[in-house]
Amino acid sequence: MIVNEQVAIDHGLKKEEYKKICELLERTPNITELGIFSAMWNEHCSYKSSRLHLKKLPTKGKQVIQGPGENAGVIDIGDNDAIVFKIESHNHPSFIEPYQGAATGVGGIMRDVFTMGARPIANLNSIHFGSPQHKKTKNLLRGVVHGIGGYGNCMGVPTIAGQTYFDSSYNGNILVNAMTLGLVKKNKIFYSKAAGLNKPVIYVGSKTGRDGIHGASMASASFDEKIEEKKPTVQVGDPFTEKLLLEACLELMAGDSIIAIQDMGAAGLTSSSIEMASKGNLGIEINLNKVPCRESKMTPYEIMLSESQERMLIVLENGKEEQAKKIFDKWNLDFAIIGKTTNSKKIELFFNNEKVTDIPVNTLVENSPMYDRKWKKAKLPKKNRIKKEDIKNLKILDVLKKVLSNPNICSKEWIWQQYDHTVMGDTIQKPGGDSGVVRVHGTDKAVAASVDSSAVYCWAHPLTGGKQVVCESFRNLISVGAKPVAITNCLNFGSPENEENMGEFVECVQGIGEAAEYLKFPVVSGNVSFYNQTKEEGIKPTPSIGGVGIIKDYKKMITMDFKKVDNIALVIGKTEGHIDQSLFARNILDEKNGPPPEINLFNEKNNGETLLKLIDKGYVKSAHDVSLGGLITALSKMCIKGKKGISLKKPGYLINQIEYFFSEDQGRYIIEIEKKDLKYVIEILDKNSVHYDEIGTVNEKELIIDDKSKVSIDDLIKTHNYWLNNYMSK
Amino acid sequence: MKSSVITFPGSNCDRDMDVALKKFGFKNKMVWHNDVEIPKSDLVVLPGGFSYGDYLRCGSMASKSKIMKSVINFANSGGMVMGICNGFQILVETGLVPGVLLRNKYLEFICKNVFVKINNKRNTYFKNIDNEVLELHIAHNEGNYFCTKNQLKEIEDNEQIAINYCNKDGKIDEEFNPNGSIKNIAGIFNKEKNVLGMMPHPERMIHSYLSGEDGSLFFNNLINNLK
Repeated sequence: MIVNEQVAIDHGLKKEEYKKICELLERTPNITELGIFSAMWNEHCSYKSSRLHLKKLPTKGKQVIQGPGENAGVIDIGDNDAIVFKIESHNHPSFIEPYQGAATGVGGIMRDVFTMGARPIANLNSIHFGSPQHKKTKNLLRGVVHGIGGYGNCMGVPTIAGQTYFDSSYNGNILVNAMTLGLVKKNKIFYSKAAGLNKPVIYVGSKTGRDGIHGASMASASFDEKIEEKKPTVQVGDPFTEKLLLEACLELMAGDSIIAIQDMGAAGLTSSSIEMASKGNLGIEINLNKVPCRESKMTPYEIMLSESQERMLIVLENGKEEQAKKIFDKWNLDFAIIGKTTNSKKIELFFNNEKVTDIPVNTLVENSPMYDRKWKKAKLPKKNRIKKEDIKNLKILDVLKKVLSNPNICSKEWIWQQYDHTVMGDTIQKPGGDSGVVRVHGTDKAVAASVDSSAVYCWAHPLTGGKQVVCESFRNLISVGAKPVAITNCLNFGSPENEENMGEFVECVQGIGEAAEYLKFPVVSGNVSFYNQTKEEGIKPTPSIGGVGIIKDYKKMITMDFKKVDNIALVIGKTEGHIDQSLFARNILDEKNGPPPEINLFNEKNNGETLLKLIDKGYVKSAHDVSLGGLITALSKMCIKGKKGISLKKPGYLINQIEYFFSEDQGRYIIEIEKKDLKYVIEILDKNSVHYDEIGTVNEKELIIDDKSKVSIDDLIKTHNYWLNNYMSK
Repeated sequence: MKSSVITFPGSNCDRDMDVALKKFGFKNKMVWHNDVEIPKSDLVVLPGGFSYGDYLRCGSMASKSKIMKSVINFANSGGMVMGICNGFQILVETGLVPGVLLRNKYLEFICKNVFVKINNKRNTYFKNIDNEVLELHIAHNEGNYFCTKNQLKEIEDNEQIAINYCNKDGKIDEEFNPNGSIKNIAGIFNKEKNVLGMMPHPERMIHSYLSGEDGSLFFNNLINNLK
C-alpha cells in the first residue's frame, strides 16, 4: 500500500502531522510505520492536547513513591507496604459494545497495576449513562454492569465501591472509568524502563489476534452515525487468561530476572515496546515472525496495532529465559523471545527477513506533537433568587421521597450485588458506604478508596467543579475514618478542538490542582479521555477522582449507619442554603442555571482534619458526608442503613427549612455521637473553630421533623430501593 | 488435623480457604491440579473460583484434571471432601454428588449474605452445631441446583440435603431462594455424607468485620468433629 497524505488522514493524523513525520524520517513512511505513528501520536497515547496542562498538577508528597508517567501511581503506607493504583477510561468501546468494552476496561486497569508487581486487592468504577428514558440506556447499563462483573469476579478481585450517574448529556457517549488498587512490597516494585544491551525481549500471555486494531485511534475521535462499523475496534476480553497471567507474572516477579515489564494496553505491542525503549534511552529490535499469532497471515501492520488483551512485554536478564519459560509453561501461557534491546535508539522490526520498520524512538515520543489549544474561560453564572412562592407549597417529606427515589440518589444495590465484593476475605466496608475499605492482608491497616464525579457542578463552573470533586473524595475517605493520601484522575471531556470544551478541561484541571495542592492530596496517576462527543454534542465535563486513604487500625473504621437510639446527630460545617445546581433545584424546581456551591478549601481541610481527630478519640459512632441531595438526604441514608429513625430540629438560622435541608453547601458531614460525649466533642469543635449544628436525636424507626411531620424508615427504605430495581425489571 | 486445598487454573478462593482453615487449626497444604496424589489429609477442599474460566461448563474441565482421580478415590474410600461454590460445581461434574447447577434464575451474578437452614446434623460437617440457621455469603452466577424427580426422591430418602436457603427464622420459602434452586437447596451430601457440596462461602464469614462470623462457627465445629 502506498502511503500518502490521504492515507495519513484516514489514520486520524492531521496534514501538518504527516508532514512532520516525513521530515523527521527524512522520507515517506511505509504503511506499518505510518500505523505506528498514528497509534503513538493520537490523543489517547500522546496526550498532545492535555500534556501542557497536566504538568501543573501537584504530584509529589511525603508518601508518594511514584507519580504519573508509569503504569500506575504508588504510595507508601508504611511497614514496607505500598499501594499501586490508577483509574482509566474505556468509554468509547463501552458504548459500541458494552459488555466487552467494560470488561476489557477492568482487565486493562488491573494489568496496569500488576505490571508493577502489585497484587490487585480492590476494584472500583465510575459509570455514567444517558437519561433513563433514552432508548439505549437500559441495555448499556445492563451490559456494562455484566461486563465489569464478568471480568472482576473471574479475576477474584473484589469490587468495593463505585458511582453511577444518569444525565442526558451521556446519551450518545457513556462513560466507563475503572480503577484498581494493588498491594506490593516497597522493594519489589517493577517499572517499565528497559536497561542494558542485548537483553532478551519476551512476549507472554495471549496470542495476538485481529481484534482491537486501531482501538486507541478510535478512542481519539468523535462518534458519528457510522459508529456500528467500529465494532471490530473493540477488544475481546478473557479474564481467565488474565488470571493466569497475573499468577504467572507474580511468580516470575518473586525472583530477580525481570529488568522491565510493560503491559500491552492501548496500541498494543507498539506502545509497550516503544515506551520501554524510550524510558531506557535504548533501541529495540523485534522479529515479528516470532510473535505468537491467533490468526494466520497477519501482517506486520496488524501485529503491531492489534489490541488483543492479556499480553505483556518483558525485558529479561540474560540467561534467565529457561527459568521464566518454565513458569509460563506451568500456567499454560505463550512465551516467546521476540527480540532484544539495542543501542540504536531505534525501533527496528523484521518480518520474513526484511526490515519493515526503522524509526528513531525519540521521533515517536519526545517529538510527538504537543498543542496549546485555544480555550475559553467560563464565567461564574449569576445566582438565582428562589422565589418564595416556588417553595411555599412544597411539603418537605414529599420532596424527600422524590429525591430518595431519584435515579442519581437511589440505592444501587442492583448493580453492586452483581459484583463479587467479598472475595479475598478482607472487605470490611462494602459498596453503598462513603468509601470501600479493605484490610491490608494479615495486618491491622486498611485501605479506603472512593470514586467521585460532579458533572453538573463542573458544567456550571469548571474551576469550582474541579475543586469540588477533589474535596468530595477527601470527605468520602474521612467519613470512614481514613487519612486521605493521594488521588488518581480520569478526565472525561468533549473535543479539545472546541474552545469551550478545552476551556472546561483547562479550568477543571486547574481546580483539581488547587484543591489537591491545598489538601496535600497529590495526583499520582490518571488518564485523559477527550472526544466524548457525538457529532457536535459533547458530554458535560466529567473529571472522575479516585481517592485513596489509609486507616492505621481497621477497628477504628467508621460506617454511616446510625447505631443507637438516643445518640445525637451533629452537622459539621455551616449550612448557608446554596440551592443553585443542587439536585433539588434541578429536579424539583426544574431550575438548571446558577453557580455551583462555593468551595472553601480552608474549611474543607479544617473540618475534615477535626473530624479525623474526633474519630481517633473514639467519639464518632457513625459519619457520612453531605453531598448530592443535601442534609436530609444524607440523614435519611444513615437512617436507612442503620434501620433507625431520627427526630430533627432545624436550628434557628434565618434560612428557611427547604434551603436548610436540601442545599448542597460543601465541607459538611453528619456525625453520630453519644450524649455523654457531647461536651467533649463540642470542646474540640470549638477549639478548632469548626461550625456545627445539633440537628437531632436517633430514634427507633421514624424520621420526624419538628415533632410535626414524620415518615417511617421502612417507607424510606422502600422508596430508596424502588427506582433502579423497577427500572431494570421492566 | 491436616487439610488440602486444590488449586485449579482459575481458582480464586483458594487463598481465602487456606487462611480460614489455618485460622481454625488445620495444617493446610495447597495442591496443584496437575499433581497426581493428594497428600495425606483429613479433609480435602475444592475451593471457589472460575476453574478453567468456566469454559465448556462450570466445573466440567476441572473434574477431569489429573488430581481429581486421587480426590475421587479418596472420597470413595470415605475421605472428607468439601466443594465450595465452583468446588460444588466440580463435585457435581464428577458425579460424587447428584444433580447439576444451572445459571441463576434471574441470569445475574449474586453476591450477598443469605440464611441457610441446616437440614441434617447426623454427619461430620454439621454434628454438634447448636444453631439451626446460619448466615453465610454467596457469590455466584451458576448456583441454581437442579435434579430429576427420581433423583430428588432419592436425595430426600437418603437425607442428602445439607442446607436450604431460608429466612433468619429458618423459614424455607421461594421468597428466600436467591437463585431458583429446586427445594431451596444450597448444599447436598453424597449418600455416605462424607462429601459435601455447597454454594455459600463459609471462608468469607470468619471475622466480625467481614460479612459475619457464622463461618467461624462452621470451621470450629468441623475441626472438633474431625478430631
